[in-house]
Amino acid sequence: MKLRIKYSKLGNLRFIGHLDVMRYFQKEIRRAGIKVSYSKGYSPHQIISFAAPLAMGVTSDGEYFDGEFDEITTSEDMINALNAVSVDEMRVSEIVLLPDNAGNSMSVVAASDYVISFNEGNDKEDKLLNAVEDFMAQPEIIILKKTKKSEREENIKPGIMKLEVRDGKIYMLLSTGSVYNLKPDLVMQALCTSAGVTYSFFDYHIHRLETYMDDDRGELVPLYMAGTRF
Amino acid sequence: MRKLALSDEILMSVEKPARYIGGEYNSVMKSLEDIDIRFCMCFPDVYEIGMSHLGIQILYDMFNRREDTWCERVYSPWPDLDKIMREKDIPLFALESQDPIKDFDFLGITLQYEMCYTNILQILDLSGLPIRSRDRKKGDTIVICGGPCAYNPEPIADFFDIVYIGEGETSYDALLDLYKVYKHSEMTRKEFLIKASNIPGLYVPSLYEVTYKEDGTIESFEPMYDEVPAKVVKQVVKDMSSSVYPIKPVVSFMKVTQDRVVLEIMRGCIRGCRFCQAGMIYRPTRPKDVEVLKNYATEMLKNTGQEEITFSSLSSSDYRGLPELTDCLIEQMNNNHVNISLPSLRIDEFSLDVMSKIQDVKKNSLTFAPEAGTQRLRNVINKGLTKEDILGGALKAFKGGWDKVKLYFMMGLPTETYDDIGGIADLSEEITELYFANVPKEERNGRVMVTASASYFVPKPFTPFQWAPMIRPEEFVKRAYYVKDRFKTEKNHKSLKFQYHEADITILEGLLARGDRKLCDVIYDVYKKGQIYDAWTEYFHKENWDKAMEEHGIDIGFYVYRDRSLDEILPWDFIDIGVTKNFMKNEWHRAVNEEVTPNCRMKCSGCGAARYGGGVCFEAQN
Repeated sequence: MKLRIKYSKLGNLRFIGHLDVMRYFQKEIRRAGIKVSYSKGYSPHQIISFAAPLAMGVTSDGEYFDGEFDEITTSEDMINALNAVSVDEMRVSEIVLLPDNAGNSMSVVAASDYVISFNEGNDKEDKLLNAVEDFMAQPEIIILKKTKKSEREENIKPGIMKLEVRDGKIYMLLSTGSVYNLKPDLVMQALCTSAGVTYSFFDYHIHRLETYMDDDRGELVPLYMAGTRF
Repeated sequence: MRKLALSDEILMSVEKPARYIGGEYNSVMKSLEDIDIRFCMCFPDVYEIGMSHLGIQILYDMFNRREDTWCERVYSPWPDLDKIMREKDIPLFALESQDPIKDFDFLGITLQYEMCYTNILQILDLSGLPIRSRDRKKGDTIVICGGPCAYNPEPIADFFDIVYIGEGETSYDALLDLYKVYKHSEMTRKEFLIKASNIPGLYVPSLYEVTYKEDGTIESFEPMYDEVPAKVVKQVVKDMSSSVYPIKPVVSFMKVTQDRVVLEIMRGCIRGCRFCQAGMIYRPTRPKDVEVLKNYATEMLKNTGQEEITFSSLSSSDYRGLPELTDCLIEQMNNNHVNISLPSLRIDEFSLDVMSKIQDVKKNSLTFAPEAGTQRLRNVINKGLTKEDILGGALKAFKGGWDKVKLYFMMGLPTETYDDIGGIADLSEEITELYFANVPKEERNGRVMVTASASYFVPKPFTPFQWAPMIRPEEFVKRAYYVKDRFKTEKNHKSLKFQYHEADITILEGLLARGDRKLCDVIYDVYKKGQIYDAWTEYFHKENWDKAMEEHGIDIGFYVYRDRSLDEILPWDFIDIGVTKNFMKNEWHRAVNEEVTPNCRMKCSGCGAARYGGGVCFEAQN
């Protein structure tokens, strides 16, 4: 049986890297006594796979992994069992049963939305908030993308599905996943350039709200919508 | 959300920030209102190493069982963070509360190897504590140490208020109770320390005076006050089965060196190898009850979610419950996908059978530790392993499908000759010949490989070799080249490999292992020259040590290459480990005469450890 698990990674766990999160859940699942399936063969491992990795320093309420399980109880039971053996800042919020034909979480991810809140005592906040409208009014948003070998210009605007200001915070919906992956930090860098302020990652905090996939009608829905509670 | 001592900017700029944020599963949080004593346990090396250490997990668990005490952890900041903390004046902090170490009542540092001594000073300095005990006042954190290196605490005596000799499970309650009285009364720091020195196993260096003869050896080593005992007696846990054990160990987020459940099955070793300090200081050998261990294994796997379990002891093959314990674990393994990682076992039918059960097709290399190349020298060091044992074990292994063998040796052992080290090459060659003679061509897959590696022997306190000189590094290198050449002339040289250890660091290990109080100033100055992480080759700078020794007129030869006389007062003689000095002397004579001493189960040799009233000394009577 294939399940999709949604979890939050909060607070200080923003300093725990993606690989460590995977190792963390392997152990949490075992502590909870949940019957996850193991691969066959030479060195068996749990059959779980994680969706869109989160950058270091970013928190989230919309993380996902899929797993194969030999035995399941109910969504509520399993959520409680996992949270009972978890650290506080890692919380499972939803578990759904996926239909057999569901694509795995890694491949179906299409978008994520983020909220950017400014740290206290920040003098760039107003300038940035005011610059959002003009920023989005540009026909193209060109950034210089540096790789190890070269630098090239890239238009990131197609990746920005939404960018708006609400209650002094910036909300953005960005293309995510294997087709086109745009990181929120890159958008903030471009916004800083456009607003004429110096960029620093430490002026604000990025929090992922949800991870989305396309449904049958081509509309964005949260990843857990692919399955049903049980 | 727990506050963090380091800003996001710092945490994002250093390697592996998970080292510094705490909050791991099973780490213990308490409220300051509910407790009276704050204890911080420290392993003076990087997080991944320190988190793998069993002793701290035991004491962390033990302290936190006390309602009035909150025990936290701290490890050495890696050089990248060390630099930032100095630049920005950030005090060193404990992982759980993220509070400065200065706010703690106790800082307990475990000493597992000599080359961490500069890291001790790093910890004290970054904490903002006075580095020397004599400069600390009432209200300052009490700095205490323990662990194997505490059996000669003299080179670091200046930096510690108290040194714990023996196993932590026994005397800490008395110390903490005394501390509470001290903290809440007018008792002076000195009164407290004198009272502490009367708790069994606690050594307070500042209460003893050492005078030296003209030749640099010790003239006298005496307590300065009548109420301070002249001898400090090692403390041991009498009944291991009922002793505390952390069944909910901390599970780190990061991958650490020992990323598995560690089950301590036995303390001490019956073998009595004459070079081995652990084999003497942990006497008497005390096994744990196998039923207790089975329960621990189940509980600990459940409480951590670890996928792997291993055993800890000095010689697991001597644990009589091993077949029963492994059978029980193999059963669990099949049900729950638990891997068993075996510590090095004596290679015999049993161990090969277990290994093939748990490792399936995966045939890793097998390890033997003959330690010396000839039977003569193995008799000198009392390594009860014969050539027949090694060849017999290797043959079984080859027939069982293994084709890689690792051999561990030491060079520079007392009485060692070129014949003895030549034996390293000959023994390795013989093992390959055994392979070619017994494994038919069609069953060979890949090439048989025998890798021999030689370390540089360091005499340690409380061993029968404590009086022996080390060979000089030039001589060690010369011997290493000799062995290397011998390997090249062997017929199967293509299946043989020889490696040897770095000589420079080992010489300093030799200096610190048998040093005296005069070295405190040297270590301090080495640290002041910017030296930390000596145990890491990339950070070790010999010149800092050479310079500091020169500035203090310290001749390394006095400590390292000198032949000590048997009646000399050794810096660690004030410690009574239960094993008597007479036994050591006797063992030294037997070594020189190439006489083997039987192990504790074959025959009691009257080492003195029976006075602890437990363990192997009384097995026959049970």
